[in-house]
Amino acid sequence: MKLSFSAEDERFRAEVADWMVANLCGEFEGIRNRGGPGDEHSCVEERKSWERKLHEGGWTGLGWPREYGGRGASIEQQVIFNEEYARAGGPGRMGHIGETLTGPTLIAFGTEEQKQRYLPGILRGEDLWCQGYSEPGAGSDLANVKTRARFDAAGKQWLISGQKVWTSLAHESRYCFVIARTDPGSVGHKGLGFFLLAMDQPGIAVRPIEQITGTCEFNEVFFDEAACAENDIVGAPGEGWQVAMGLLGFERGVSTLGQQMLFQNEFDEVLRIARENGAGADPAIRQRIADAHVGLRIMRFNSMRMLSGGGDDGSLSREAMIYKLYWATWHRNLGKLAMDVLGAESEILDGAPYALNRLQSLYLFTRADTIYGGTNQIQRNLIAERALGMPREPRG
Amino acid sequence: MQFRFTEEQEMIRATAEAFLAEQSSSAAVRAAMVTERGYDTELWQRMAAEMCWQAMHIPEAYGGLGLGYVELVATLEQMGRYLLCSPFHATVCMAGNALLVAGNEAQKSEYLPQLAAGTTGTLVYTGGSGRWDAHAVEAICVPDGDSYRLSGRYRYVPDGHTAQLLVVAARAEGSTGEDGISLFVLPADTAGISRQWLPTMDQTRRQAQLEFTDVQVPATALLGEAENGWTPLATIIDLATVAVSADQVGGAQQSLDITLAYLKERVQFGRVIASYQAVKHKAADMMVKVEGARSAAYYAACIGDEALSGGTLGGELAEAASIAKAYCSDAYFFNAGCGIQLHGGVGFTAEYDIQLYFKRAKSTETFLGNAAWHRERLARLLLDAPVHSARRGALS
Repeated sequence: MKLSFSAEDERFRAEVADWMVANLCGEFEGIRNRGGPGDEHSCVEERKSWERKLHEGGWTGLGWPREYGGRGASIEQQVIFNEEYARAGGPGRMGHIGETLTGPTLIAFGTEEQKQRYLPGILRGEDLWCQGYSEPGAGSDLANVKTRARFDAAGKQWLISGQKVWTSLAHESRYCFVIARTDPGSVGHKGLGFFLLAMDQPGIAVRPIEQITGTCEFNEVFFDEAACAENDIVGAPGEGWQVAMGLLGFERGVSTLGQQMLFQNEFDEVLRIARENGAGADPAIRQRIADAHVGLRIMRFNSMRMLSGGGDDGSLSREAMIYKLYWATWHRNLGKLAMDVLGAESEILDGAPYALNRLQSLYLFTRADTIYGGTNQIQRNLIAERALGMPREPRG
Repeated sequence: MQFRFTEEQEMIRATAEAFLAEQSSSAAVRAAMVTERGYDTELWQRMAAEMCWQAMHIPEAYGGLGLGYVELVATLEQMGRYLLCSPFHATVCMAGNALLVAGNEAQKSEYLPQLAAGTTGTLVYTGGSGRWDAHAVEAICVPDGDSYRLSGRYRYVPDGHTAQLLVVAARAEGSTGEDGISLFVLPADTAGISRQWLPTMDQTRRQAQLEFTDVQVPATALLGEAENGWTPLATIIDLATVAVSADQVGGAQQSLDITLAYLKERVQFGRVIASYQAVKHKAADMMVKVEGARSAAYYAACIGDEALSGGTLGGELAEAASIAKAYCSDAYFFNAGCGIQLHGGVGFTAEYDIQLYFKRAKSTETFLGNAAWHRERLARLLLDAPVHSARRGALS
């Protein structure tokens, strides 16, 4: 076991840190630590400009192969970038769906034409993407997709009809990738297609969903014969599920240490308040603060194992399988701890009608953490079935 | 960064696993645990002569293998997994570490080769207060010409009734807390020491009470500086704490594994109970606990290596030890407790091994400070220290 990074990686770390200091200032001063889950609605225009700034700095497509305009950076360097980005207070990314999901999917499964057409816009930070997976009847049971794709032979295009939900950034995105049923009689994960759609067209309507926080990060997206060009299906009709599942494997945990740096910032704020307002003298609060610290450090150690793990066969290691359940639960607990440390002050808003402060927003938004991306209950099923070899749930 | 075992470390782990699966079987454990000595002397000698485990992290210059704390932790994990009854922890991780940390050249040359060859030892520092920090040291040492006289009663001394070599802490008359503590190394048959086995709820680990009545020790027995022994003793205790955590990881893993095997066999309502979601979710939670525990123990092992070799991260030892002990204690208790529950009625019988794990979970939890105690130690670091400095680098 070796805990230190190589000298080359440390040089890379310094390069990232220096660039962030030199660029996250001036017109971008105000977007430090803004955006991201719970704050996705803030500083949208400035954050869009920031995406282009990142491209100028050569920081987009870090892990993409060089032949597609990426930097071909190692896993370690991607981790380092994410960590230094978060440490410097880099804003929540607007282009992350395109960069971490669409791009790698097209590189793995797309045609050469699709790659040429879509990858440059993602790299330049100009084309934002959203993800059309969940539906009102397809949440945890994602394969229960009802959205239909019908091939219109005369128009040489696919026509998509149905409804998607929980779509982040739909109103800001130029494109959406959608899974829809190409085979009308099919059920489950068979008979699906993976489509690339322009959002700016008459067949698509976006309606924001007001959340528990009073803000709207998620949307419903309605498709009424929305057009998708014949050559904008990824993989063959009927193979959409394989493409969609392949996509889930791309992330590989490189952003986890960056995510943890955000958590560390939040935890440090809770700690600062506890030291200042006297809550830190309460033995029960002291136990919970220490427990949160232990939990966050172990989250990091788990990630280090995950990132060092072979995974040569592409399968998820045991550490990777527990990761979502672990971080979501930890983060939700931090939200509650933050309120308890604030005490009576936790109720008082920044202002009417409903201006939450950062920790209140954390408290409320983290209730979503244990739901989206596979609920804690689904995660436990997956762990039990895939890691522990317990019998699968009967599926209808 | 490679936060996983090297090939050689993995080989050491696998060898320990294979040896202990056979030599520390349920029958072997049950035979050893009902003797007053508490372990099989023949097995102990094989561990020294064939496996060279006692020599593992002792430098080659003193008859050891010169391996590190990571290799030791990998082995201890397997010992915990197979409930090994032995004075290994007391000998290697308490007496051995004490000599490594505080011994002078003559002491190391005299005693380390003995320990490597199978002489048993332990650390004697806790009085009857039930504390595990400097306040635990109650016995008094009085300078007497060229020698010292030690008097006092020690409780909870691991394998204290059988150890051949004792590392003893005592304090100057009238001193309190971290002041006035001295360490000595002496043969257990020194005149004036009476030793008594304390039968324990967990029968796989031995404890003893030692009564020192005007025990005369020469100045050459002084380990480190007189009345300045807390700093090395704190390091020795932290290193021992890391080692206990490793035992707990193994126990938590085996609690899960034997429970899982039972769940996959036991049929109720016409199906194996492993197929029920309520059961699967509990098992998934157990896996989350044990993987986090493993990450914490391995990280602490790396820091233990740094502390023993004077590395830059050695200063993190106290924090890493407390993180590991807090989390591993809770994880082991959780897994063993859930293990009994998931076994149903047979989990409550003496026949099934899960009860042995449940008992060892509690005894290792209490030993060297339970989870709440270590969390409070961390809380002092986080909340009471002058400034909580931001972390630099992923791993520092």
